Amino acid sequence: MASELRETLPTFNQQGNEETADVDITNWSALTSTAFAKSWGEAAAIVGLAVVVIAGLELLLRAANVPAYTMPLPSEVGSALLGNFSLFAPHLAATLRVLAIGYAIGAIIGIVLAGVITQFPFAEKIITPYVLLLVTTPMIALVPLLVQKMGFGPAPRIIAVSLAVGPMVMINSATGFRRTDLAKIALARSYGASTMQIFRKVRFPLALPMIIVGLMVGAIFGMLTAVGAEIVGSGEGLGNRLMFYSSRIQMANFWAVIVILATMGILIYVFFYWVGKRWASWQA
Amino acid sequence: MVQTHPQPRVTGANGAQTDGVPGERPIMMSVRHATKHYKTGTGTVHALEDLSLEIPKGEFICILGPSGCGKSTLLWGMSGLHELTDGQVIVNGAPVTGPRPEIGMIFQDANLLPWRDLWQNIQFPFEIKKIDFKPYEPRVRDLLDDVGLAGFEKKMPRELSGGMQQRASIVRCLSYDPDVILMDEPFGALDAFTRDEMNLLIQKIWMETGKTIVFVTHNVSEAIFLADRVVVLTPRPGRLAHIFPVDLPRPRTIDMTFSPEFIQMILKVKATIERGVHGNVAATADVLDLG
Repeated sequence: MASELRETLPTFNQQGNEETADVDITNWSALTSTAFAKSWGEAAAIVGLAVVVIAGLELLLRAANVPAYTMPLPSEVGSALLGNFSLFAPHLAATLRVLAIGYAIGAIIGIVLAGVITQFPFAEKIITPYVLLLVTTPMIALVPLLVQKMGFGPAPRIIAVSLAVGPMVMINSATGFRRTDLAKIALARSYGASTMQIFRKVRFPLALPMIIVGLMVGAIFGMLTAVGAEIVGSGEGLGNRLMFYSSRIQMANFWAVIVILATMGILIYVFFYWVGKRWASWQA
Repeated sequence: MVQTHPQPRVTGANGAQTDGVPGERPIMMSVRHATKHYKTGTGTVHALEDLSLEIPKGEFICILGPSGCGKSTLLWGMSGLHELTDGQVIVNGAPVTGPRPEIGMIFQDANLLPWRDLWQNIQFPFEIKKIDFKPYEPRVRDLLDDVGLAGFEKKMPRELSGGMQQRASIVRCLSYDPDVILMDEPFGALDAFTRDEMNLLIQKIWMETGKTIVFVTHNVSEAIFLADRVVVLTPRPGRLAHIFPVDLPRPRTIDMTFSPEFIQMILKVKATIERGVHGNVAATADVLDLG
């Protein structure tokens, strides 16, 4: 009976329970907790290892006489990257444009939907299966269909990217918004806070770490979807270039595009790592 | 010292505000027939049953009882954060129907917002109330100095000890100068030494500011140490068991808690709790023969 009474009054312990409940497939804390180099010595070791790996690969490929169409030499890839960058640049721009527009649409809808839906548990129950369906279905699958209707322009790719980003952002943000700390809400209410103030000053900051995780995962999935959509049906973009160069067996250019894509992915990760450090470090 | 003579049972819906017997302090807060029932999966829980209480301005009152006796329920009802099933709470002559600016609340744990540093945490009530913080800044600096937190303004809550966090939350509550402070087992999670320290601090603050304080605790010695009157509740349903006036001189010291009078008092209060006295409020309000 005593414990039943407790439940109606906010206590610190309840928050503790919420926190453990967060450890599920949408918790990507492992991704955000990786540490970067802490000193110049560590940084030197990291760079040194990269040099050794690349140089070793170069020597190995030369020694084994691997043909360029199987695997080009790192030096050839490097010179293709630098020498032909003007060829790649417009396609990089096209990919970034689709990614940025699709991501913005998906992320905004995802966050707003999560904020609204978590206010209404019943609506949340009904909608969640569909959101899960969108998360688990590869949105690239829709691209051929959309291309059929809308042509080879950027529209089908933007739609695919938004559909990949939106549910991913939503599902993580919803986890954040669901983490209501009754004691903190009571605190705000004791000062006469309105529903909007409680949202802005308590529920949103409380949800922010999970929203940032959602935005990061969403950005990475968005990039995968953008490139995949370009491979499936597009006249431009880095995905299109992958198809183009591989069909012509221009493997140095092909690998140069892969390096560009990998760099994009790492930059996305570093950016959100920094955002997390800046806005969500209180949760560490 | 205030007499053990509370609860003039107000009859009729138009129960006029009683300002106390002439010569006594005016009534700051009254609880009238407070009743709270919870619906749970297994039935209705009677957390609080027809509890009435009058609190004069400037009094330090402790509400004491075992876990689940409804003392927190009573406090949350007084704060206006939770609705009562029946009865009403009146503060400064006005019924409490929701959170009120003259009431400040201090919670079980410090309840600081972890994403704000100490200084931003203290500004939080001002942001919500949309009051300009500037004029209050010197006052807040003084308060921080008083509780030994000067220089910690930029620290995040997780960088502060439990005692420091709770001191910060006391400053946050005092910063906007509420008349009544409701404290819900504020030092329950602290170790015994820190708790003694906090009790001395809260007594000092109370003596300097003359606030009306309602302090919920399950610690008998803490209640007697702090209170002008100790209100003992019975468990399930929470009813008024007895009100003990504490006539020990102020300021009280930790040494005093080892004096024979103090220990006598503890035994009396404990006996009342163990008996779990039920029944008529008016009858139990008179001094019981506790043998």
